[in-house]
Amino acid sequence: MIEILWHGRGGQGAFTAARILGTAYVNQGNNAFALAFPSFGPERRGAPIRAFTKLSSSPIGDRSEIKKADYSVFLDETLLTPASLEELKEGGKLIVNTKKHLEDSQVICVDGDAIAQEILQLPITNTIMLGALAAVCEHIDLSAIEQAIRESMPLRLQEKNIAAVREAFRSGTACRKEGTK
Amino acid sequence: MAKKFLSGNEAFAEGVRLARAQVISAYPITPQTIVVERLADMVEDGSLDAQFVHVESEHSALSCAMGASSVGARTFTATSSQGLLYMAECLYYAAGGRFPIVMMNANRSTALPWNIYGDQRDSISQLDSGWIQAYAGDAQEALDLALMSYYIAEKKQVSTPFMANLDGFILTHTYEVVDIPDQEQADAFLPPFQTDNKMSLEQPRNLGFTAGPDYNIQFNYKEHKGLLAARDAILEAEERFAQIIGRRYSGLLEQYKTEDAEYILITLGSIAGLAREVVDTLRSKDIRVGIIRLRYLRPFPEAELKEALQGVKALAVLEKDISFGKEGTVYTNVTASLFQAGIRVPSANYIGGLGGRNISEQEITQIFTDLANGGQGLHFIGIAPEEEQEEVHAK
Repeated sequence: MIEILWHGRGGQGAFTAARILGTAYVNQGNNAFALAFPSFGPERRGAPIRAFTKLSSSPIGDRSEIKKADYSVFLDETLLTPASLEELKEGGKLIVNTKKHLEDSQVICVDGDAIAQEILQLPITNTIMLGALAAVCEHIDLSAIEQAIRESMPLRLQEKNIAAVREAFRSGTACRKEGTK
Repeated sequence: MAKKFLSGNEAFAEGVRLARAQVISAYPITPQTIVVERLADMVEDGSLDAQFVHVESEHSALSCAMGASSVGARTFTATSSQGLLYMAECLYYAAGGRFPIVMMNANRSTALPWNIYGDQRDSISQLDSGWIQAYAGDAQEALDLALMSYYIAEKKQVSTPFMANLDGFILTHTYEVVDIPDQEQADAFLPPFQTDNKMSLEQPRNLGFTAGPDYNIQFNYKEHKGLLAARDAILEAEERFAQIIGRRYSGLLEQYKTEDAEYILITLGSIAGLAREVVDTLRSKDIRVGIIRLRYLRPFPEAELKEALQGVKALAVLEKDISFGKEGTVYTNVTASLFQAGIRVPSANYIGGLGGRNISEQEITQIFTDLANGGQGLHFIGIAPEEEQEEVHAK
């Protein structure tokens, strides 16, 4: 099972990203199962929230929150702490929206805010980080993410978001290659 | 058939749409869930031809559903937690009036302490209200239950309201892949609602009646027989569903690897999914264990349990409710059925998941370990030994 942990603040769309990822994965095949859910309970704009996506080739019985993730995605770098690495499985990766370049083979940095500003003209990075994830996670195709965005988002938002996802995919691929040098 | 990635709430709403519900009444404030918002969207965009009635409380939501049902409309309402308790008076009214209303309940905890997370204390506290009670294991089953519930509730010999329960958050707010039947399939499965139990100028009759001591028990007896008749209606509905829509369900309970099992865990709702994974792990170590998931609590699967538990060495019931001062109510129902069936085996009751507390793989594994070591009695998952110890000292 591939487990993806999403970190964001209320209003940044972390759960929407978790759900689009699940949609994309199940569309990839008949033996593809996914669960996507937010951290449960009251919601508040700006407060830290987590969201979860589980992907598997068989039905998923364990519906509890992810403790150790294959990928932990941060829409907001202010939520990143030294303890964030402890939420990763062995070989797991952090994918962070940041302008910085963090020297760590476990960390993939993508300047999602810049892509958002340029293409979306909005400071929203949830779909952008899906593109970065697709660059790093071999189980999910960029085309499946694009298709899921078409299914899940209003028509007027689709093309811009897909353009932003592609840009993030390029950026994430570059960062990954740099990391493996 | 269309494949979609939906939450339990949305899946259930799709089922209600396919069932062509005609009147939907709801009070849309917490602890209500978005099942009614999705239905409101469908009414708005024209994909569901229904009257959506906003009411001022859960008590009114069910009263309104009764009113609609009493003129022969197929009706739906939904609630959760304190909302279900607030409508308690009307639950008994709807069942006594034999109105085949369908209600989705998002299983959530009851106050105090205030908590909006999932457990099953809300619906289980209402087992005596005369409603059929089903518990979904995943979002697909939720959608399918929405369709089947009308078929079962509206059967003439049943004529009993139906409460379909989904674990709060864990099912209601979790997205997963769901197959949505076509409207043609749904229509072939579910005929339009027809009843004689309605207000009619052509055939006037007394509804919402009074019955004095001399024949009150006759009405209650008939209500009891109606709920028992749901058993055959459930099996018939599932067979018909399998023929037309192609998914098969297993009646009042579902068994997993129970055939040669020495130790069986009985539970309900979505936690059965994790329990099945535990069974697979233990089976790979040649430990013979199995799971029974109760799909219905009313009618209660007495005959099915008797058959499924032949030859078992010990059993446990894991449930997300507690009848304070006694034990878990599901355990009381299970052990009473076993006693009546002449099955005498050691048993234990595990109360867990209250107020949304997670139940882990390790905790379920521990239940099987306890059973194999002769464990019995009542246990609270998540109460540490020192907490129990403090109570002993306090005495």
